[in-house]
Amino acid sequence: MKTIEARGMHYRELNNLIRKYYQNGIKKFLLKGVNGQRYIGSGIKGSPHLTIEGTPGNDLAAFSSGISIAIKGNAQDAVGNTMNDGKIVIHGHAGDAVGHSMRGGRIYIKSYAGYRVGIHMKEYQDQIPVIIIGGKAGDFLGEYMAGGVIILLGLDVEKDEELLGSYCGTGMHGGVMYIRGNIPSYKLAKEVKTASTTEEDLDFLKDCLSDYCSIMNLDLNKVMAKPFTKLYPYNKRPYGKLYAY
Amino acid sequence: MLKREGQIRIPSGCAISGVMDKKGRPFSGATIINSISVMRERSNGLGGGFAAYGIYPEFKDTTAFHVFFDDKIAQGELENQLKKYFKVIYKEAIPIRRVPSIKNVPIIMRYFVTPKIEKIYQTNLSEEDYIIKFVFNVNTHIEGAFIVSSGKNMGVFKAVGYPEDVGEFYKLETYYGHIWSAHGRFPTNTPGWWGGAHPFNLLNWSVIHNGELSSYGSNREYLKQHGYQCNLQTDTEVVVYLFDLLYRKCNLPLDIVCKVLAPPLWDEINRMPKNKQQLYKSLRAIFGQALLNGPFSIIISTNEGLIALNDRIKLRPLVAAEKGDMLFIASEESAIRAVCYQPDKVWHPRGGEPVIGLVETSIRSNINLKEASS
Repeated sequence: MKTIEARGMHYRELNNLIRKYYQNGIKKFLLKGVNGQRYIGSGIKGSPHLTIEGTPGNDLAAFSSGISIAIKGNAQDAVGNTMNDGKIVIHGHAGDAVGHSMRGGRIYIKSYAGYRVGIHMKEYQDQIPVIIIGGKAGDFLGEYMAGGVIILLGLDVEKDEELLGSYCGTGMHGGVMYIRGNIPSYKLAKEVKTASTTEEDLDFLKDCLSDYCSIMNLDLNKVMAKPFTKLYPYNKRPYGKLYAY
Repeated sequence: MLKREGQIRIPSGCAISGVMDKKGRPFSGATIINSISVMRERSNGLGGGFAAYGIYPEFKDTTAFHVFFDDKIAQGELENQLKKYFKVIYKEAIPIRRVPSIKNVPIIMRYFVTPKIEKIYQTNLSEEDYIIKFVFNVNTHIEGAFIVSSGKNMGVFKAVGYPEDVGEFYKLETYYGHIWSAHGRFPTNTPGWWGGAHPFNLLNWSVIHNGELSSYGSNREYLKQHGYQCNLQTDTEVVVYLFDLLYRKCNLPLDIVCKVLAPPLWDEINRMPKNKQQLYKSLRAIFGQALLNGPFSIIISTNEGLIALNDRIKLRPLVAAEKGDMLFIASEESAIRAVCYQPDKVWHPRGGEPVIGLVETSIRSNINLKEASS
C-alpha cells in the first residue's frame, strides 16, 4: 500500500505519481487530503486499487479500464466518464452526469446522485455497465441511454423529497432501468415504457445488489422486499425515421 | 482604450463561489480566494473578480464608486462630472500590489460620494435612479472611464487574470466583509477586458455567472423599454438590471423574482393546484420577456444576502452547503470544502430552485411562495 498525501497537489502531479508507482508494481494506493483534483485514475489500463479520502474532482476515472476506486466521501460531476471496465464505490453522494458514456464496469453510490446519471451509456456483448444509486436521482436519468443498467433504490429519501426527477429516459433507446418503487407517469419520457419485474429480472437484481449491499453494509432482503419498476425503451432507433422522408 | 467585447454572447465554462455569514459578522477575503482557487481549471486567466459587502463601515452611508481609467484625461473628465452631481467625501487610489500575471493595469480609483440634493430635486428621480443615470452616462459617454461598482458599503474588484491572482493584486485578504462572491472566467470566443470580468454590478446588485444567456436579445429589449442601457455587450449584465427592475422597482419578493427568471416549465405549471397555476401563468404573462434562457448558474449578491440560481434543466453545476450561520455556494463541492472542511449540510439545488441566504437583520425578507399563491 502506497500512501500519497495529495493536499494542495495539482492533478497532473498526482496522476503521474500514481502511474509511476503502478508501473513499478505497486497495486494499492491510499490518497489522503484529496480536494477537487480532476481526472484521478483517468486513462489507466490495468487494475490498481485506489482508496480516496476527501472530495475528488470532476471526471474521476475517465477513460479508465479496470481500475478499482473507493471514495470515503462525496464525488463531483462526470464520475466514470467513458470508463470501459472497473469499479467505483462512492460512500457518499455524487454530482451530475455520473457514468457519462460509460461502456463497462460498475459505479456504486451510497446516497443520491445529480442530474443526467448514465447519459448515453452503452453496452456491447458481455460488456454491460451497471450504475447503482442508493438514494434519489435528479432529472434526465438515463438520458439517451443506449445500453447498460441503472438501478435506483431510494433508500434514504426523505418524506418531502422525490425519488426521481423529471424527464427520465429522454431519448432512451437501449439498456434497462430498475426503480425501487412506483413512478408517476409524467416523470417518464415518451421513449420509455414500464413493466413489472420478471423472475429473470429479480435474479439479475439480486445478483447485482448482493455485491452492492455487502459493500454498503445493507440487508439485501430488505432492499429486495419492495417491488421494482422496470423501464425499457419502446424503440431501438427512436430517431431512425427522423431523416427518412 | 479599454477593449470591449467584440460579440454579444460569451459562451464560457466559468467558476463561481459565494460565502456569507447570516449574522453579518465580517471575515477576511482570504476565505473566498481560497475557495475559488481550487477551481483554477474552470478559468483560463482572462477574467477574475470579487464582490465584497460590508467592507467600508466608515463610509457606509455613501455611494462607493470603483472606477477604471485608461488615462488621466478620462479621470479628469469623470472627476469634473462627479463634482457637478455629487459631493465627494473621500477619494483614493485603490491599493494594489504588483502581481506578474496581472498586466495592462489601468488607473484604479474609488470615490465615496453623496448626491447633491438640489440636483436630485431638479431631475425628479429617486436617489437610486439618479445614481444609475450617472453610471450609464459615464460608461456610455466618457471614453476610457468605466464605473465598476456603485453600491454602498460594498465594492467590486476585478481584472484580467486568474481570480486568485486578482485577489492578491487587490490585497483582498486585508478587507473584512460579511458577504463575498468570486468568479473565474473562461471566455472562449471574445477577448477578455477588465470591465468584462465578473462580477457585474449596479447599485448594491452584483452578479457572477457561469454559462450563456440565449435570451439576451429579448431581455435587452425588455430592459431598454424600462430605461436600462445594456452597454457592456455581455449577456450577464441583463441579470443585474433585471434584479434591479423586478426587486427594487416592481417590489416583487425575492423568490418570485427567481421564478420570473427561471419559471417552471409549462407541463409542471399544468400539474399545479389552481391558485398556484394562476400565479405562475400570470408571472409568465406579465414578465415573459424577463425569462432567462440558456445554460446558467448564477450568484446574485446584495448587502442583504446571496441568491444562487440554476437554469431549469440544470446545464451548469451548482452546490450549496451550510455550517452554523455560514452559507456556501460554488460550482464544485471541493471549493466549499477548501474553506469548510465539515459542513453541517451539503446539497445540489434542483434546476430553477433558488438558494436564498439572507442576513438576519435584512429589512425585506423572503415571502413564502405558499403564502404568495394563496
